Amino acid sequence: MKLPRAEYKEIVRWTEHLRPTRQCMKMLKERFPNHSQSTLLSIFSLEYQKRTKRTISRHHAPDVIESHYQRYLSEGKAHPTAPVLLELANEVDLSPALMARIILDRFLQDLEGGMPSKTVLNSMLKEPSLIPDQILANNIYQCTINDCCYGPLVDCIKHAIGQEHEVLLRDKLKERNLSFLDENQLRAMGYDKTPDIILEVPIAVEGRIVHWIESKASFGDDHSHRTYLNEQFWSYWNRFGPGLVIYWYGFIEELDCQRDRGILLKDCFPTDIVTLCHAAQQDQLPQEPE
Amino acid sequence: MAALLESLLLKKVDVNTVVDWLKNLEEHDKLSLSKPGVTVHKQEFVPFLLNFLRDQSSQALTHGPATPAKTPSRPRPAAQTQGFTDRRGCRSAGGAGSRSASRIQLFSPATSVSPDTEMDASQKGRRRSGAGGGGGGGGYSRISEQVSPPSVGQLNFNNLEDFPPVGSSPVSPVASKPSRRINPTPVSAERPHSKPKTCFTSTPFRKLSSPPSGGEVLQEERELLKREKTKRAQQVSSPLPSSLDPCTPTKSGLRTGSKVTPDLVFVLSCFAENLVPNIFLELFFVMQLLTSQSPHTHDDDEQESLCAVNSGVQLIFISPSKYCFIHKHLLLSCVRLVAHLDKCTLRLLAENERVASFSPGLRDRLTQAQDRSTATVNTLVLYFSTFIHSVPFRPATDNRSNFGSDKAFHTFKKQRDIFYEVLREWEDFHMEPGWNFDAALGSRIRGMMSQLTSAGNHSHFARLFLKQLVQMCKGPRVNSSPGDTPDTDLLGMLGADSLGRLKRLEERLIQPHGVVGPCPPPSFPGHQEFFRDFLQTASCCQLNQHLQDSLCQQLLQLDEVSILSPPASIGEGEEEGDGDMEHQRFTSVLLLARLLAKFLGFISFLPYQTSERPSREIQETAVALRSKSVPVLDVCAVLSNSVRRRRTILTVPWLVEFLSMLDFIRRMLLGRSGEMCYLNKLLMVSVLGWLFQIPVIPEDIFFTSEFTEVAKLEDSNTSGAGLDCIPLVGQQLLYTCCPFLGEFRKLLAAFVSGSTAKSGGIIRKITPTSAELRDTPAANRSQQKLQVDLEQAFFHNQPPSLRRTVEFVAERIGSNGVKHMKATLVSELVERGEKMLRDGLELPNSNPSKLNDSICAQLCDAGLEAMARATRYNSRFYKQQVLTTSENITKRLATEKACSWLSANITALIRREWKTRYDRVMKALG
Repeated sequence: MKLPRAEYKEIVRWTEHLRPTRQCMKMLKERFPNHSQSTLLSIFSLEYQKRTKRTISRHHAPDVIESHYQRYLSEGKAHPTAPVLLELANEVDLSPALMARIILDRFLQDLEGGMPSKTVLNSMLKEPSLIPDQILANNIYQCTINDCCYGPLVDCIKHAIGQEHEVLLRDKLKERNLSFLDENQLRAMGYDKTPDIILEVPIAVEGRIVHWIESKASFGDDHSHRTYLNEQFWSYWNRFGPGLVIYWYGFIEELDCQRDRGILLKDCFPTDIVTLCHAAQQDQLPQEPE
Repeated sequence: MAALLESLLLKKVDVNTVVDWLKNLEEHDKLSLSKPGVTVHKQEFVPFLLNFLRDQSSQALTHGPATPAKTPSRPRPAAQTQGFTDRRGCRSAGGAGSRSASRIQLFSPATSVSPDTEMDASQKGRRRSGAGGGGGGGGYSRISEQVSPPSVGQLNFNNLEDFPPVGSSPVSPVASKPSRRINPTPVSAERPHSKPKTCFTSTPFRKLSSPPSGGEVLQEERELLKREKTKRAQQVSSPLPSSLDPCTPTKSGLRTGSKVTPDLVFVLSCFAENLVPNIFLELFFVMQLLTSQSPHTHDDDEQESLCAVNSGVQLIFISPSKYCFIHKHLLLSCVRLVAHLDKCTLRLLAENERVASFSPGLRDRLTQAQDRSTATVNTLVLYFSTFIHSVPFRPATDNRSNFGSDKAFHTFKKQRDIFYEVLREWEDFHMEPGWNFDAALGSRIRGMMSQLTSAGNHSHFARLFLKQLVQMCKGPRVNSSPGDTPDTDLLGMLGADSLGRLKRLEERLIQPHGVVGPCPPPSFPGHQEFFRDFLQTASCCQLNQHLQDSLCQQLLQLDEVSILSPPASIGEGEEEGDGDMEHQRFTSVLLLARLLAKFLGFISFLPYQTSERPSREIQETAVALRSKSVPVLDVCAVLSNSVRRRRTILTVPWLVEFLSMLDFIRRMLLGRSGEMCYLNKLLMVSVLGWLFQIPVIPEDIFFTSEFTEVAKLEDSNTSGAGLDCIPLVGQQLLYTCCPFLGEFRKLLAAFVSGSTAKSGGIIRKITPTSAELRDTPAANRSQQKLQVDLEQAFFHNQPPSLRRTVEFVAERIGSNGVKHMKATLVSELVERGEKMLRDGLELPNSNPSKLNDSICAQLCDAGLEAMARATRYNSRFYKQQVLTTSENITKRLATEKACSWLSANITALIRREWKTRYDRVMKALG
């Protein structure tokens, strides 16, 4: 779904005070019933990440960590079954998953008498049963499953969604009988930059030539689009010519301004594909964006 | 020199003799006149003549390229003053001064330094320094000044400052030249366009490097001139100018143009035989005269000439009209050449009232030529996709296995992205005021270079750089940036053709438009500027070396490339079909070679570039030093090889591009010869002419005929079909390679619109015409355009060999298709025709010839209809996959080729076949 910038800003403004919890997501959805849940969630997630980046350093100061840890210890002792860590995270306005990481990190320092390795930390976050302390394990678990922006669960979901859309894209291409090379084939051939799809025979979408397609299972906002342009899209253009980016969860309409330069944005698989064969032009598939 | 000229003017020497002498390479360098002791060097004579012409017509020439103004002769006073002070002993070698003076005088006198007692030391010094253009308006006038009677002797008739005050000359009516007295303002300050002019239209020819015989010649000249002068003075005093005197023609002679005087014949011959270095410069000069805004109309001719005669100052040519008269003849003699200019120029020329009044015949010929002319200035000849592509990544050359290390591979990955980032930024900002290439991009580019060096990736980058250069700049004109036009979508809808036209219109409307003359300086238009600035900023010797190697190799390969189709396909009698292919291939090769050569020249001579011409001492040292090193390109070898193989039409234009980048020191010798088709020749003449006007090219090259040897070589080896004899150059290619030809149009247009310098430029008249109705709807056309784009895009990311294969196969299949059509369709139609004929003849009172006509027309119609059906029938295809796509493109191309040939020729074919059949039937019937 393409959002005019004004509309996008309204959503962003409204998400400013939201926490990354299910309840908040429900509120957001009720406030903007015309927008799809995925789009809203993606916008919020991006905004929340920005917010976190601004504030995270505050929580990484040693004295702050120490005070969080001490509070967890004392309250955890008092109420062993209560979700004290989740409440603490909400109270200090930090992502629960990140709070869990900070506390676990601090805990492991005491346990091992030094900085714990990243792999150990990550594996324990992924699998809290590995944590020697039962109460802490419960708290960590509560934090990760109640965070819709950070944490191993969210990472996993995001990755799966990404994969899903790539598969979806490939299926659509096969359906249209368009031959292509995918990322893995490209890597095997030694390409230095690999979009998701390179079309062996270019197509035209809305009158623009398309050589490659990149699938993004997220919302295209200013920040992420700028980063992608610099790190990926222009690099693809530099090697393969003009191409198409699909932001499956929509994007800010105004960002689609590089069409003349050879980067076309879409929020769904394009319906008006023109190929070199006149005959194939007509069999357009009915396609619902969301 | 002057002696010879004088002899010519007085018919003492046969014009043809002199022309033959000038033309003939084998003959003796010196021409001995009937008078003993008078010898003239060939190489000096033409410059002398040209200077003389300039000099004489300077009074009429009131507006130059930079000042199409009513205020006449503004440049002149300053220039003359400079020349004057120069002569007074100021030692300043005055490069600028003499240059601005030399629109009037193109060449400095070719006379050599001589032990001349009359000449003071400073004068000699100045001459030797090679800047002696300006002095007193040229050698001729200087001499005349020295020998004329005292009353007029102090006058430099070209010097306005020196003009006698009003009324001092008893018979000179002041009113005849009122405008000449308008306050002479300095030239340089107010003329923004004057730079190219001072550089090119008016490069004074320097003193020849090898001074010929010396003093006697000069002395002799002087004597002759003195005599001539007195003779003139006598004639002047006689009330009736003798009609026999070539120099003072009667009014009737002027009006009707019935008399062609020997001097004219001579000048004309020089032009016609290509004895001048740049025919276009001379033509431009003529057109300037034609458009000069003289205050006199033709009705004033009589008075004008009388005044001039009476003033006793002018020697030979009398009035502006007279110059026009002369130059009209020049135009006539060059009409074959002029006829190849673009339509618009021809129209303007034909509509010029002076041309009309002098010679209606000329006007008619121009009008005729107009109909044949196809070129319009700034035309995009070839179809170039409006989209600018990047250089495709090809695993075969670009993947990890082509790099020495992982580090090198990943560094280059970044380099590529930075390169395009810089390019995009340049596209976006370079037109903005105050934007500076080095300041904005310099550090990034230099950082990139140092990284390249540490990774040793220069060869990879050089390849990327060159490919991108070719991709962006090979076309005749690529619009500067894709973001420029806000309504690209709309333009895209109109299709490539209309798009080009709209672009042109846009250009015409927004371009500041000055007349810069027919010899603009070498330039880097469009994206070329980016690549030049990049190289300058990068200033990386490793990169330059890699580029040089690669450019050299590519150029020599291109020079050898086969343009002609394989002989098999020529021999089939389908010559019409193949010519077009050759044409395209040649155009493409030529444009590419010119681009590469320019950059090779740029890189090769970059280390030696100086903004000022170095002093003689520095020059000599440098010459001594550099004569030891091997030049990057052996120009002479390439050239002689090309002459031998008759491929100069391809080689010379690119060599010219290469040489146009020369620094001041490098000297080369150029030659040319060979029988060629006219437009081919024209291209050569114009590019060469341009080259000869560039200041770094030593002027004497043209006049020292060093190419005899080369010519001999050519005679000895004429085997094999060369390119030179095939009409490969179209009018459009000519204009693409020589954009300066468009200057003629500008000049004439300026005259027509009666523009003034005060308004700051030329007022353009654009006549709105209603849009043509197209048979195909807009949507359909944009679809077609998209299909073409897709096809281009498809080939873009495939190896080039695929495209070549497809083209080759399509060519063969197409030709087979044509044969098939001939065998089936045409013979079927002719059969049908025979039946109709026989039926018709059986009818009472039938008229065979009428019947013939009607049947023939019917058959042709039927043929065209069948064609249309065949075209539709043939375009059914396709599935995906690379192979299928190629196959389909091949099919399409083949169909297209066959159909286009057939549709162009089917009528003629049917007519021919039908004619034979008709004759046979009629014969059989008795």
